[in-house]
Amino acid sequence: MKAYDLIIIGGGPAGLAAAVAARDNGIDSILILERDKDLGGILNQCIHNGFGLHTFKEELTGPEYAARFIAQVKERNIEYKLNTMVMDISEDKVVTAMNREEGMILLQAKAVILAMGCRERSRGALNIPGYRPAGIYSAGTAQRLVNMEGYMPGREVVILGSGDIGLIMARRMTLEGAKVKVVAELMPYSGGLKRNIVQCLNDFDIPLKLSHTVVDIEGKERVEAVTIAEVGPDRHPIPGTEERYTCDTLLLSCGLIPENELSKSAGVALSPITSGPIVNDSLETNIDGIFACGNVLHVHDLVDYVSQEAGAAGKNAAAYILKGKTAEAKIVEILPVGGVRYTVPKYIRPTEMEDTLTVRFRVGDVYKNCAIATYFDDELISKRKRPVMAPGEMEQVILLKKKLAEYPDLQHITIKIEEA
Amino acid sequence: METRELTCIGCPLGCALTVTMEGKEVKEVKGNTCVKGDIYARKEVTNPTRIVTTTVKVSGGKVPMINVKTQSDIPKDRIFDCVAALKGLTIPAPVAIGDIVLENVAGTGVNIVAAGNVEAA
Amino acid sequence: MYDVAIIGAGVAGSAVARELSRYQLKVCVIEREEDVCCGTSKANSAIIHAGFDAVPGSMKAKVNVEGNAMMDQIAEELDVPFRRNGSVVVCTKDQDPAGLEVLMERGRANGVPGLQILSRDELLAKEPNLSDDVVCALFAPTGGIVCPFHLTMGYAENACSNGVEFFLNTRVDAIAKTEAGYSLSVTHTDTKVSEEKEAKIVINAAGVYADVFNNMVSERKLHITARKGEYMLLDKDAGKHVSSTIFQLPSKMGKGVLVTPTVHGNLLVGPTAVDVENKESVNTTQDGLDSLGRTASLSVKNVPLRQVITSFAGLRAHEDSDDFIIGEAPDAKGFINVAGIESPGLSSAPAIGVMVADMVKEMLNPEVNPDFNPIRKGILDPDTLSLEERNELIKKNPAYGNIICRCEMVTEGEILDAIHRPLGARSLDGVKRRTRAGMGRCQAGFCSPRTMEILEREVPMSMFDITKNGVGSNIVIGTNKEI
Repeated sequence: MKAYDLIIIGGGPAGLAAAVAARDNGIDSILILERDKDLGGILNQCIHNGFGLHTFKEELTGPEYAARFIAQVKERNIEYKLNTMVMDISEDKVVTAMNREEGMILLQAKAVILAMGCRERSRGALNIPGYRPAGIYSAGTAQRLVNMEGYMPGREVVILGSGDIGLIMARRMTLEGAKVKVVAELMPYSGGLKRNIVQCLNDFDIPLKLSHTVVDIEGKERVEAVTIAEVGPDRHPIPGTEERYTCDTLLLSCGLIPENELSKSAGVALSPITSGPIVNDSLETNIDGIFACGNVLHVHDLVDYVSQEAGAAGKNAAAYILKGKTAEAKIVEILPVGGVRYTVPKYIRPTEMEDTLTVRFRVGDVYKNCAIATYFDDELISKRKRPVMAPGEMEQVILLKKKLAEYPDLQHITIKIEEA
Repeated sequence: METRELTCIGCPLGCALTVTMEGKEVKEVKGNTCVKGDIYARKEVTNPTRIVTTTVKVSGGKVPMINVKTQSDIPKDRIFDCVAALKGLTIPAPVAIGDIVLENVAGTGVNIVAAGNVEAA
Repeated sequence: MYDVAIIGAGVAGSAVARELSRYQLKVCVIEREEDVCCGTSKANSAIIHAGFDAVPGSMKAKVNVEGNAMMDQIAEELDVPFRRNGSVVVCTKDQDPAGLEVLMERGRANGVPGLQILSRDELLAKEPNLSDDVVCALFAPTGGIVCPFHLTMGYAENACSNGVEFFLNTRVDAIAKTEAGYSLSVTHTDTKVSEEKEAKIVINAAGVYADVFNNMVSERKLHITARKGEYMLLDKDAGKHVSSTIFQLPSKMGKGVLVTPTVHGNLLVGPTAVDVENKESVNTTQDGLDSLGRTASLSVKNVPLRQVITSFAGLRAHEDSDDFIIGEAPDAKGFINVAGIESPGLSSAPAIGVMVADMVKEMLNPEVNPDFNPIRKGILDPDTLSLEERNELIKKNPAYGNIICRCEMVTEGEILDAIHRPLGARSLDGVKRRTRAGMGRCQAGFCSPRTMEILEREVPMSMFDITKNGVGSNIVIGTNKEI
């Protein structure tokens, strides 16, 4: 069996940044396994601009952002295999992968970084009633068809869900000649970034109907019409509010789900909130030496944060490999309360953590003029005012090792939304 | 005096901006967190501009399409002219990030450049 | 002139075709859809019923019990996923357990082996997730689960390999009696060309439309109602929630819904039962889907409905007589009905095939086909191979090393097989039903563009002609900037 110090599952933005960081922290033997024919992951089909403002201080398209990390990987001669599907990861970090040239290959790793990304919620998972004709696509599938293959999936489009990919595709389809009639969003707020509402919908006079959902799909062969209705506070359609839109296409942008089937095979414990692994301050899962980063860990709003997080995972995996094992240390749990849905990481080790640790999370509702409060047990440690917080955007709290050291008896940390 | 409410698209923060105008003159921009917001607001109420990203066909490449963008922002009301100017255009592989795909698109004075790499097949 | 023309390539028509291919007969199957298994046969409970449900003495009872007994051999010959997981009919605390006795008596009269009544404790040992209200149940060890696609395709492919002609995308518009038999006016829906097809014998296996064709030639009118059944399919993570097929004892609230594992490891919940006017209305409804979860919870607790990956509706062909109509129409010689084949049609198909072939044999007295080969090989699932075998396979054919569908881990090799085998796939759904590519948790989000590329290259066909499931269901409609 061939052995590597570090095997990274996925060659998207998370996997690439993790590989670069691991190499820069002293790991020579690294292998990236990528199932697609190119490195770069989903960025390759995200041809819009707006990537990299934090990382590179300029606005790049997805492929440009990916190209910069791909170049870093190539400069460092980091080994990667394309068109290679990971079939299984065992608890003792044997990775089974497959490709056309080598068949099934078994690889032993000292450490594994999970960087598989996420998938879109499908029509089936949304349980939308109606017919099942052609013309219903997840926004990402349409994005691939249009941006990578040059094929238009339809002429007249209704979009359900205001996730960023849906908003981006509203503009893309419009620019390429389609008519986007409406974007319906179940929640009373958009799931996407505000800037995308402005430049993808408002610029093209595409209406966004909040608190609306699809209640019927017509057409036996191809979509012929979609009916949307307003929903009440219980998210159930309100009779009498139905509006019928003739169209040939329904795009779905209703959320992303971290893709953790492989993590499960390795025995990695998952959070029911994020659907991603539960990790500690070094982004290590419950399985020694298996780390996670990027959208497989929790769905991010910006790729810049994915790169940052993955860089930390790469650095931490390198430290693990060089030390040989995970240090035994006191563990403090972070409790998300009052509107904070979860935190990544969930556990920290005050004696082992980096000097500063970014704790990322999302809120469960729109909050205006509130604050993010951090408590060490019952003592308020920090309170940061935020004019607007929304579920579509990630929030963060920075924890300082120095500060934690002042609380040797700390039981838990609480992060919550409070009035400002 | 008239005011306009805008959402800044300069970065994902999406600051809520209030622009106070007197006729065509911007008197004040409020709500921005950084200088980008000020610049955006002043432009948006006088001469709104956007970066346009789209695709063109590639011949002889490993993939059939290349993604492209305007090298800088163009007037918002020229977006569709810009895309129309690219209709029917096919460029030969290889193409690298930054290669000029079309000069002075639709008379805007802005070039269309490749925003991805396509190797020759 | 065909000896036999079969209308409909569902499980019944395909089983008849296969059994007829044992003889030296010129047989064709005419199917209006682009593929076999596109009607009732594709959207049902995928259950091989034990046979305790049908009224003793009925046609349903006869062919169900016979068909059930034949299933092991058929599954073996046609390489169809089939497992006798056992059926359980549960009685809840508000119901009269005497209802179970009635079913057991019926089953015994029908010749169903091994029936027994189990107490709650005995049940919980088998099925720990039964609802707290379940008090006892009827257990039928011969109940099973099957892949309805592969059963139908197995029959059809085997018939095709043994010489039966299939006309897909071909709609029968009219049937007229002729000197020698019947003349069928057909239209090829893809090319819009119409023609006549002559046959000595017509087998009417047209599902919800069987009444329409019968009524073209017979005064003994049939009336078939489309009875809609809605289902929810859950992710494989939920597939072990129950191990047997859990039925509910019919009550005044209705027949209830079943909760069952599928042969592929998913969990299936359904069906509703609503009579509909429109024979094409395979749409799901909010009410239907909502009711499924509620009703399922009567027999099984904590069904993880959050893990639904798709929902669908099928139409069952319910004839007014409440029984299968299998036999020659009394006033139309050589016109054999296989009509009203609702549940337990899948279970009965093997027996129906043989029974109808025997009728034809009686009429035409054909010679045996010496070349008949009963064996159909299914599409190889590389997951069933050892690591070494799998590597051998990939060395010989690297396409088996290329995963196309990430959720169901379907390789390009399997998709190529699905396209190039007899009656090969020509659409995304055709590939899906044969290989499961696109049937997993992402519901074809990732793999459909890649499957399209393979169809484009291998059939070959234009991207613009690739459909989800036949004429009119095209996936892409133009290129960027040119629509």
